[in-house]
Order: sequence, then structure tokens, then C-alpha cells
Amino acid sequence: MGSLILRTTTRLLLPLLLLFSVFILLRGHDEPGGGFIAGLIVSTAFALYLFAFDVARTRHLMGADPRLLLGLGLLIATLSGVPQIFLGEAFFTGLWWPIEVPGLGEIKLSTPLVFDIGVYLVVLGAVMTIVLALAEAEE
Amino acid sequence: MLIAVLSGFILAAASPWLARSVGDKAGWLLALLPAALFVYFLGFVPTVNESGAQVIHYPWIPALDVNLSFLVDGLSLLFALLISGIGTFIIIYAGGYLHGHPHLPRFYAIMFAFMASMLGLVLSNNLITLFVFWELTSITSYLLMGFNHEDKNARWCALQGLLVTVAGGLALMAGLIMIGVAAGSFELHEILTDGDVLRDHPWYIGIVLLVLAGCFTKSAQVPTHFWLPNAMVAPTPVSAFLHSATMVKAGVYLLARLNPGLGGTDLWLYALGIVGALTMFTGSFMALRSTGVKAVLAYTTIMALGTLVMLIGIGTEGAIIAAMAFLLAHALYKAALFMLAGALDHETGTKDMLKMGGLRQLMPITFLASCVAALSLAGLPPLFGFIGKELMFAATAGAPGLAFFTTVLAVASAMMIAGMAAVFAIRPFTGTLKETPKKPHEAPPSMLAGPVVLAGLGLLFGLMGFIPAAAIVQSAVAAVHGAPVEVQLYLWHGINLPLMLSILAIAGGVVLFLRWERVLGFYRERLGFIDRFGAERGYEKAMEGLVWIAEWQTRVLQSGYLRRYLTITVLSTVVLTGWTFFGHTGSSVPLGEVGFTFYEFAVAALVVAGAIVASVTSSRIGAAATLGMVGFGVALIYVMFSAPDLGITQIMIETLTVILLVLVLFRLPGFLKLSSPTDRIKDAATACSLGALMTILILAVNGVTVTDPISDQLTAWSYTEAQGRNIVNVILVDFRALDTLGELFVVGLAAIGVYAMIRFRAEDRRQ
Repeated sequence: MGSLILRTTTRLLLPLLLLFSVFILLRGHDEPGGGFIAGLIVSTAFALYLFAFDVARTRHLMGADPRLLLGLGLLIATLSGVPQIFLGEAFFTGLWWPIEVPGLGEIKLSTPLVFDIGVYLVVLGAVMTIVLALAEAEE
Repeated sequence: MLIAVLSGFILAAASPWLARSVGDKAGWLLALLPAALFVYFLGFVPTVNESGAQVIHYPWIPALDVNLSFLVDGLSLLFALLISGIGTFIIIYAGGYLHGHPHLPRFYAIMFAFMASMLGLVLSNNLITLFVFWELTSITSYLLMGFNHEDKNARWCALQGLLVTVAGGLALMAGLIMIGVAAGSFELHEILTDGDVLRDHPWYIGIVLLVLAGCFTKSAQVPTHFWLPNAMVAPTPVSAFLHSATMVKAGVYLLARLNPGLGGTDLWLYALGIVGALTMFTGSFMALRSTGVKAVLAYTTIMALGTLVMLIGIGTEGAIIAAMAFLLAHALYKAALFMLAGALDHETGTKDMLKMGGLRQLMPITFLASCVAALSLAGLPPLFGFIGKELMFAATAGAPGLAFFTTVLAVASAMMIAGMAAVFAIRPFTGTLKETPKKPHEAPPSMLAGPVVLAGLGLLFGLMGFIPAAAIVQSAVAAVHGAPVEVQLYLWHGINLPLMLSILAIAGGVVLFLRWERVLGFYRERLGFIDRFGAERGYEKAMEGLVWIAEWQTRVLQSGYLRRYLTITVLSTVVLTGWTFFGHTGSSVPLGEVGFTFYEFAVAALVVAGAIVASVTSSRIGAAATLGMVGFGVALIYVMFSAPDLGITQIMIETLTVILLVLVLFRLPGFLKLSSPTDRIKDAATACSLGALMTILILAVNGVTVTDPISDQLTAWSYTEAQGRNIVNVILVDFRALDTLGELFVVGLAAIGVYAMIRFRAEDRRQ
């Protein structure tokens, strides 16, 4: 349904937006960003694609039903607090594994990061569930 | 201990998969868990007998005094042994009874979850934990009762059971919290050591009434007994488990558990004594007219529950001994009888005893086990049921204040039950073989293992009463009575009043058995009013009333117009917040100093301009765009006040909102009808009042100096404790992760709601 200009721009923008969302997600703990914002960015990217093309192609591009992503996100977010219980800590206590990667510096793997990935997926799933349902009703 | 209690839940998660991969004989394999638990609990018996109650403590939410602490004493051990022991046979039995049922794996899962909830309930030492498990049993038993969920009647009955028990559960929660506050501890072993604290407390009457409301509904006492026979819609293994050792005994368990703390008063004696005795009589009376194999047993369960409640209420040493012996006897024979009833139903295809006959030759083992278990139900020597009944007569005869009342009802009930026991054991098996929907043959071993062992135990315990007495009944009685008691159980007590009453009851039972047809006719002709005016009609009326109120308030409150909801929400906020705020500050509102720069003013002016245009424009796209302007203006303000995260979020939300609006706007025509000038003035006034209130609030907040605000703490901890420099993110994913998780679920639910709304409307339109 979109114009040629929109389609072309979308093809260029989409990978950038996807990368940018991951970047925002990962840096969120120290700099402005985080799972919520990143989830919104990636949703906007797919919504843009939806405008330029159609529902079927957007679904194909996403690869998974957004409702599935929503559930998966909830599951990941919940589970990120569970292992701590078995270590004798409270639910959702942050656990950290800083890893030194040559050339990149220190990378901090952690349960809050896993939780943030869950947030990311929930936001993406929720927004796209609604947007796609609206667009399908439109068609 | 934690693992023992929770293992049921773990296996519940794994059992569908296990059952599918193992196939036919999965029941035997899965039964290993309850069997192992039984052995594990058996290991506690010597410890408890030697050194008394054991408390096993795991902190859970220490800040709220909620702990996963478990109390292992005679009472909890008796229940735990019954639950795991009978549970073992039930699982094996279910494998045979539900053989080939498509949802058998699901059945195992719910069953294990239910068993674990029940174990948690009887072993909990903490009142809050106990309540959590209590409610879990309600929910899981609801799933079990409604197992045949395609049957409308099953769903209805399951819902009835759930509503009645959960309504009682609410009262119980209030009661338990009041106990905790009054006693100054939520740990049972501390509360129960000094019962006078509770008995002398001004809340005592309230506590007792609330706890009784919970226990009476759960244990199906008059007048809330009606849900229990309806629970028969569940598959027979469920009924056998629910009625013998679990669900309905939970109320009895809690009464027994709290007896040292709450018992010993006139209120306790009369409330439990009278309600229990009436329930006992009602149960027997209704059993006598039942022709269904399961219905008879359901009513005799009500009889047994009434008896137990009555005995706990009487509360003398003898009554408590009787209660514990009766409880054990009942669990054994009732589980056996239910499984046998299921075998009859399964092999003949009918539940109606009038349609069965002459099965003795075809089902000899079933017949034999039925006889032994029914003798115990009837209370005949040398079965363990006889000991229980003798003790009960002795207890009622010695009941303070209620001796005559309880004894008369007890003897009358015993007669009717003896009669029905005979009907159950003899009717289907003797006489000529009748035509039944299925060609009957002996039940498979999986369905006979339980009844044979349990009925055999009833006989063994009767002949050798010292075994259960020394092993478990003595310590259980001590736990309920609150003091050590010597217990001896044996058949022959000499010629005394209880023996005379027993003989009278059995003689009456024989007469009722021989004249059963005439009794049934009498019920049909003379007592039809029971169905018209029974307690169940009360439940139906209450439910109708509830629906009527719900419909009425929906009509009043839910107009279906979004703008009206908004107006109501905004006005309530303004009135309630304003009232509270001005009520506290009086006429002089302290406002903080604010200065602002030129560009802040400019952004604010843009926002206001956008809002004004949005509310007067007649184009939809114009309204959407100017609303976007408001949003982006707010985002700018966030950025100015150094909240980049909020700014970005706001921008993203605005973008998405515009996208959503555009998606919707394509489908809508231009504004057809604009609101009238009066409506607009009203709306403007509403909006301005909210704006004014928020402005005053923010200015006032600015004027308040908080010493040591929490944000300073969070900023200080952000990097040291959570290794993050972005405090907003650290709060979201670490400090307050639980809140975020809650919000995630809200987001998810909202998305599903919107999805359903859009999809169903689209489908409706297509049709």
C-alpha cells in the first residue's frame, strides 16, 4: 500500500533500526536506553515496514507470531529471577558475570540483562499484536 | 521437607510428558512418588512419638513474617500419611479407571498439584502459607471436579464447589490474619502453646466465626453441604481422594489444628457440636434415599464430616480420641468404597444400584472387598470402624451440655448408615443377574489394589488396635488436645452404654435394609419438599441475586461511551485528590518557588497551542497531528529536565500513537457530529479543573522538602549495588524488577484484550 519512496527508504532504514534497537537495549544499563525503549524502536521499525508493504510480508519478516513473542518475553522475564532462588538469594537478585572480551573491553552479562531482553520482547509482542490485528481488520 | 511438599508440583509439570511417553502403565510408575512420600513421612513417626512436634523452617518473606515453616506432629503426620498413602492407590487406580481417556495425562498433572497442595496445607506451620495452600486445594479441586469439562453439568457443579469453598476461604483469610495479629505470631507452634491469649482476646468471637465460616464451607457442613454430592460429577478416583483423605477433610483438619488455641469455650462447643450433629444427621438422612453408588457414599461422607466436627466441638479427651480414630477409619473405608463404586460403575456401565444385581459370581474380589469396607462403614466388629463408632457413642454420651441431643442424632445416623452400608455391600452382588449397559467382569488389578489393601487395613487395625494407637493416633490426639494423652484402642470394652447403642444402631440398620424399597417410596411420596426448599435452592437464589446486581450496576455504570468514562475518571480524580489535598492543607496552600527560562516557556506555549487546536479542529488528521505536537512538546520538556529515557520513550510512544491513529483513521469518515457548545463548555471545565489541580499539586510538591529522599539512596546504590549508571534502567530491571514484571503482565493482558476485541468484531461482521 506504500509508495515506492517509502518502500525504498524502509528497505534502507529497517536494518539500521533493528541494529539500533539492539544497541539501545544493550547499552541501557549505563546510558539512556533499555528494553522498553528498544522494544518500542523495533516495533516502530516493523510498523514502518507494515506501512510500506503489507501484513503478510510483515509477519513473514518477523518470523514469529507477535503473540508468541509476547509470551516468550513474559517467560524470559519471569525466569530471569528464578535461578537466584536456588542460590539462596531472593527472587530477582541481580547476578553478574563480567567477561573481558579482547578488543571490546568488558561485557557485563547479568540476570537484569536477561530480564531486559524479556521486557524488549514483551513490548515488541504487545505492540505488534495490536498493530497487526488493526491492520488485518483494515484489510 | 520443602522438596517433599513441593515435589508434587514438580511432578505435576512433568507428568503429562511422562504419562505420554510411558503409555498404558504410567499410573504404576507415577504412583512411585506418593509411595516414596509415604515412606518418607513414615520415617517421621518414631521421631514424633519420641521427641514430639518438629518444626522445619525455611524463610520466605521474612519482612512480612511469612515463612515456609512446616510443623510435623501427630496430626499433620496422620494426614500426610493418609494423603500420600491413599494417593498412591488413587494414582494406580486412575490409570485403570481412566484407561484410554484422552486427557489422562492432564488428569495426573492436576492430581499431583492437588496432592501437593493438600500436603502443604496439613504440614504448614505458618498461617499465611497454610492459607495459600488452602486456596490452592480449592482451585485444583475445581479443576478436578470439572475434569469432564465438555459436560455442562460438570462445569456447573465444579463452579458451585469453587464458589462455596472460596467464599468461605475469604472469611478464613480474615480469621487467620486476626489470629496472627491477636496472638502476635503467624507461626502455629507459637500460637497454640498458649491458647488463653486467643480465648481472652476481645476479637475471639469474630475469629471463631470467621474460621468456622471457612472450615464449615470446606467440610460441607449444614447448610453449605449441598456442593459435596454435586462434586460427584468428577471421575471416581477424584471423588475417592477428595472424600477420603483430602479436600473435604481440610476443614476438619484446621478445626482440629486450632482446637488447642480456640477450643474449650461454650461458643466452640455449641457451634461445632450442634452444626456437626445436624450435618451428621442430614448426611445419613440423605444417604438413605440415594440409589446411585457414588451418591450414597457422598452423603455418608457428609455424615462423617459432621461427626468429626461434632467430636472436635465436644472436645473432651474421649471425644478427641474418637475423632482421630474415626477419621482414620473413615479414610480407609471411604477410599476403598469409592474405588469399589467406581469399579462397579466402570464394569457395569451404570451407577444405579437398583439396576445392578447378582454380580457376586462375576466380581468376587470386588464383592469381598465391598463387604469388608462396608462392615467398617456400618461399624461392625471386628472392623476398625467399630472402634471408631464405639468411641463416638462414648464421647456423645459424655458430651457436656449436649449429651442427649448428640447421642440421639448419632444413634439415628448410625442406624441409617448401617442400613445403607448393607444396601451397598449386598444389593449389587446378590439376587439375579440383571442386564446392565456393559457386560460386567472383574475389574483390573490396578483398580483392585487400593480397595483390597485399604479394606484389609481396616480389618487389621480393628483386630490389632494397638498398632494405629501407638503409631499415630496417640500423637495425633496429643496434638489436637494440646496435652499428652494415653490412647488404647481395642474392640471389647465390656457391656456398657456404647455397646448397647451400637447394637441398637445395627438392629435399626438391619430393619432399614430389609425395608429399603418401602423407605425409598416414603421419601418419594412424603419428602419431595426437600428438593424444593433445600439449601441448594438458597445457593441458586443467591447466585441469581448476584447476577441481577451485576447486571444492574453494569447498566448504570457502563454506558459504552468512552468520553463519559473519561469524564467520570477525571472528575473522580479531581474531587477525591482535591478533597484530600485541600483537606490536609486547609486554605493556605504552601507553594514552592519556581523560575522558568524563555525556552521552557516557549515549549509550554507550543503544547498549549497544540491542545487548543486539537480540541477545535474539525479534521481527524489535524487532531491526530496536533495531539502529536503536544506529545513531542512534553518529550522536549523531559529532555530539558535531564530525563533522556523518558524523552525517548515519549517520542517513541507518540510515533506509535500516530501510526495506530492513522491505521484507524483510514477507516473512519470525517467528524459527523461535533459536540454542542454546552457539552464543550462542560468538557473544557472538566479538563481545566484537572489541569489546575495538577499544577497546584506540583507546585505544592516543589514546596515540600523531604529529608533524605529515596532517590538519593537509589542514585548512590545504582553503580555500587547494581553496576549500572543509568538509574532509570537500574530501577526498572533491578531495584524494582518485580513491579516491572507486574507491568509486563499488564501490557500483555492489554494486548490480548485489544486483539480479542478487534478480532471478534471482525468475525462478527463477517458473519
